[in-house]
Amino acid sequence: MSQAADVALLPPAIELVGIDKRFGAVHANRAVSLAVAAGTIHGIVGENGAGKSTLMNILHGFYQADAGEIRVDGTAIAVRSPEDAIRAGIDMVHQHFMLVSTFTVLENLVLGVKGGWRLAPALGRARRELLRLADEFGLEIDPDAVVGDLPVGPRQRVEILKALYRGARILILDEPTSVLTPAETARLFAVLRALKARGVTVVLITHKLREIMEITDTVSVMRQGAMVAHRVTAETDRESLAELMVGRKVPLGLDKQAARPGDVALAVRGLSVVDDLGVTRVDDVGFEVRAGEIVGIAGVSGNGQSELLAALAGMEPFPQGEVRFAGTVMTPALPGDPGDLRTRGLAHVPEDRLGDGVVGAFPAWENVILGYHDDPAYRRVVLIDRPAILADCAAKMAKYDVRPADPHLATHGFSGGNQQKLVIARELERAPSVLLVGQPTRGVDIGAIEFIHKTLLAMRDAGCAVLLVSVELEEIMALADRILVMFEGRIVGEVAGETADERTLGLLMANAAEGDGDGSR
Amino acid sequence: MARGEAAPAWVGHVLVPLVNLALAFLVSGLIVLAIGEDPLEAVVILVRGAVGFEEAIGYTLYYATNIMFAGLAVAVAFHAGLFNIGGEGQAYIGGLGVGVALLAFDAHLPLPILLLISILASAAFGAAWAWIPGYLQARRGSHVVITTIMFNFIAFALMNYLLVNVLIQPGQMSPQSREFEPVAWLPFAHEALGWFGIQVTRSPLNLSLLWALACCLLVWLLIWRTRWGYRIRVVGGNEPAARYAGIDPAKVVIATMCVSGALAGFVGLNEIMGVQHRLLLNFTAGYGFVGIAAALMGRNHPLGIILASLLFGALYQGGAELAFEMPRITRELVVVIQGLVILFSGALEHMLRPRIEAMFRRPAPAGGEG
Amino acid sequence: MRASLPITIASAALLAAMPLAAAELSPAVVFDMGGKFDKSFNEGVWNGIERFKTETGVKYREFEVTNETQREQALRRMAQRGADPVLGIGFAQAPALEKVAKEFPETRFAIIDMVVDLPNVQSIVFKEHEGSFLVGALAAATSKTGKVGFIGGMDIPLIRRFACGYVQGVKHGNAKAEVLQNMTGTTPAAWNNPTKGGELARSQFDRGADIVYAAAGGTGVGVMQAAKDAGKLAIGVDSNQNHIHPGTILTSMLKRVDVAAYNVFKTAMDGTWKPGIQVLGLAEDGVGWALDGNNDKLVDAGTRAMMDSLRADIIAGKIKVHDYMSNNSCEG
Repeated sequence: MSQAADVALLPPAIELVGIDKRFGAVHANRAVSLAVAAGTIHGIVGENGAGKSTLMNILHGFYQADAGEIRVDGTAIAVRSPEDAIRAGIDMVHQHFMLVSTFTVLENLVLGVKGGWRLAPALGRARRELLRLADEFGLEIDPDAVVGDLPVGPRQRVEILKALYRGARILILDEPTSVLTPAETARLFAVLRALKARGVTVVLITHKLREIMEITDTVSVMRQGAMVAHRVTAETDRESLAELMVGRKVPLGLDKQAARPGDVALAVRGLSVVDDLGVTRVDDVGFEVRAGEIVGIAGVSGNGQSELLAALAGMEPFPQGEVRFAGTVMTPALPGDPGDLRTRGLAHVPEDRLGDGVVGAFPAWENVILGYHDDPAYRRVVLIDRPAILADCAAKMAKYDVRPADPHLATHGFSGGNQQKLVIARELERAPSVLLVGQPTRGVDIGAIEFIHKTLLAMRDAGCAVLLVSVELEEIMALADRILVMFEGRIVGEVAGETADERTLGLLMANAAEGDGDGSR
Repeated sequence: MARGEAAPAWVGHVLVPLVNLALAFLVSGLIVLAIGEDPLEAVVILVRGAVGFEEAIGYTLYYATNIMFAGLAVAVAFHAGLFNIGGEGQAYIGGLGVGVALLAFDAHLPLPILLLISILASAAFGAAWAWIPGYLQARRGSHVVITTIMFNFIAFALMNYLLVNVLIQPGQMSPQSREFEPVAWLPFAHEALGWFGIQVTRSPLNLSLLWALACCLLVWLLIWRTRWGYRIRVVGGNEPAARYAGIDPAKVVIATMCVSGALAGFVGLNEIMGVQHRLLLNFTAGYGFVGIAAALMGRNHPLGIILASLLFGALYQGGAELAFEMPRITRELVVVIQGLVILFSGALEHMLRPRIEAMFRRPAPAGGEG
Repeated sequence: MRASLPITIASAALLAAMPLAAAELSPAVVFDMGGKFDKSFNEGVWNGIERFKTETGVKYREFEVTNETQREQALRRMAQRGADPVLGIGFAQAPALEKVAKEFPETRFAIIDMVVDLPNVQSIVFKEHEGSFLVGALAAATSKTGKVGFIGGMDIPLIRRFACGYVQGVKHGNAKAEVLQNMTGTTPAAWNNPTKGGELARSQFDRGADIVYAAAGGTGVGVMQAAKDAGKLAIGVDSNQNHIHPGTILTSMLKRVDVAAYNVFKTAMDGTWKPGIQVLGLAEDGVGWALDGNNDKLVDAGTRAMMDSLRADIIAGKIKVHDYMSNNSCEG
């Protein structure tokens, strides 16, 4: 499968012709056409909001296209519901699993499958079939395990088994690796190759170019709802795909000047945080962040970084330690108030933007004042000043290139990257003296990542003290001037930004390095 | 909606409720048919009984006034993510506030001051009664649904105790206070219109309808046009985000419950100062609960609540006429019909809405092949 | 009350001058919130006017109110439609009936359980305390434990009048006897909560009572069931409930609302209807205690004689039964 001509000669397993779809003002798919040859792995790449998921949801019958045609094996079919799609042999593994967590694997498998009203014979048949499929495709699983007890990797295998059990010959996977560890990803790819070897057609939606290069035969690129290119994977490379996705050249690597640290802007001493269950999540942590530098906190997710950020932002009380910032001191006796800290120049881009940083149901303009809603500039006497806020929102949307630039659109209607730009615009436009940033590029597409990174560096160069928490080592290494590594709530090491390498940091994160714990005082 | 698809606004706001209403009447009609009455005649009686003559309109608006207050109370709490089903009790205690205030001052003060005192008293008493569940929710984590419904019972017990033992007019069989001096009676609509030379039939409709409409406007301003309303909606929309933004959810919960309780308390203003002119038992008659349906149906928006209140008011009044005119249609059956309307327009809202909206969703086909 | 004398005379004369032909009589009744099937007070009225309907063939209009404001609305609507006489059931209708009766001075009104002093209103009230006194005395004479119970419906003065008369009767029979008292609730739901009635009865039995008097409408059904299950005795109320569990119901305190309602319609039809207050006590057979085939084994001849003499003494005024309503207190 290395020649484009070969692909074209095979009868396409799926053909989408002129698919068009609008959600209100958003034109999600613009006359998209796509052909995928039988028995191949086809990748669809594109930034968040490019229309990949919409397209696949149309193919899967979850949405109906406003115009266009779906052909399977050369025959036009009507897909009005997921049931229609399954009947045509098309099934989808969603990014968020659609399993009943209190059911066993086997029970989930027979869910929604017709076969008489008695459960026992159906379960018997399903068990035999499950074991056969598992054996054939290397999808080992205990049929009687309760899904809720399973880790993410096996759960995904259950989803794939469910699709195969229902007779899928065309399998769509939506961002399947976003929740997997590297080892689990490798295992998934082995399964996909086994599927391909037995004639199953796989469509893989992702924005990770490395995976596209590794596993797919052919790849299509979407941008702003339109299909912009079809390529044979072996004949292209990451750089050109990235360029197609974003629509312009994407420079790899940042142009970063050396930091010019100034005075200490944020000082943390002996800080401990205990969660609701009484578990110590942050354990006697101390560090300083100076104006004009970025301090990165690296670590495997769940080692206390989130709790540290929450405590510094005044969202969580802490039983021990003190935090000094802009002339105020936060102590257990004097807990901080996020509103007060904001007025003193502390900005916070939270890790979980939909969870903490915005109200999803609000229109964009209402989220642009979240946390600053008491600012007199936003009100006239007692009423809020809508025109002023709308103008403010429109200006921020223009400056930070938020798309669509519609202040009235509900915030959960924006893509992840654009939501993040809204939050960043809100937090950075007030020229804070200290900026707390958590996972700034999680779920954000390539073009936006670059923009966010540049913005953070610009903030640093303007004299802001930046504390960056990220689980992406590449990001930490690209941005931070000093890197602190957290493990089980403690700071277990500090590495200078320019000398850091992935191996050293990786060892610290796994706490494998010895005698290197300067963070504990 | 969750998928970001949009049908024209009039479909969701007008057509769907109308279809639901029609469906409710259809099923009601079948029931009326089953007990051997003519459903068409029943509908005519119901509609004419609700809006067909001056007195009917007066009663309909009088009921709507109560339901509006109760609906606003539910809606305000709902915007903070609270389900206040204690409107009944808060209305009851609000009425107690009006009653106590008027019993104390009716002999000494003129109407405008008495009205001001009554508004403040009903708001304060209703708010105080809602403050307790609000406090328990915010500081102790006791769920407001449980506590508000329990406080309904406590309100009944308290009122019963006070009327049987303390406030009862001596020598009275009925547990009710003395009648207020006529100066303390909120003018009826037929009296007020009479000042302008407009003669209408007497009905319990009184000036508290104007206050209800004013409250609708005030609630709209509060929720969507002030930062207090903004805080309420942030807490209701995403509590962690509220904490992130420096909004104390506990304070907002308590304050919102107080506003909610004050609004519910105004039911007491309408009933005690406007209609009954004495403090008595059971004057809330379930308005607090109908308010929940009105808020749901009105999508927690004052305008929607006004429309829903008019509908429920019409059903109350038309239903009474129906029970009056058709002996076989008992008051229980009227409740069934009212229940069907609530069922179809509230609980089964999502049965038809997606289908109807889907019918209108398709824009003009966008060209042919791309 | 405020009607001037000339009007009173005029309307009285008018009323006297119109003994309507039977065919033209269109009586109406407005039931109270309990509804006509409350197994008690309202249902008693319904029984009485149903009897009137079967006997005379005259149909009546009816309405069951669901909220405070509807009382006035319903009464007025009846009068507007030419209904006559209009019968309001329950003390709570008094203010509304008073207002409407003034608006329609030519329509005859009647009210049960309350006094409305107007020239076109007949008020019928009962001396429940007298009947309750009798059943209290019977309970005291029958009780083996010296403890008897009282279960009221909603805690309102009317029910306290029942309780108060009952306690006096018990104490009269046995000065050392103890009376356990419970009210079912504080809302109208208390009139129809047999489950709670049963629970209260069981708790009173556990505390040593062996006879319980239920003055609680539909709630009493549960009280009587609990008595049957525990092998104790219960006393019914309003209508004769002896038949519900023969051998368990010691007696019933009769309050003849059915007769009263029947008489309102019947006298109106015959032209003998008169405005004014009718107080129905033991002397008028408006209240009493029920003795029939279902409970004659429970009451021996000596006790019957005692009951007869008590009744005679009360009628004669030798025994004064204190009325709670006279001073809002059970202390005479």
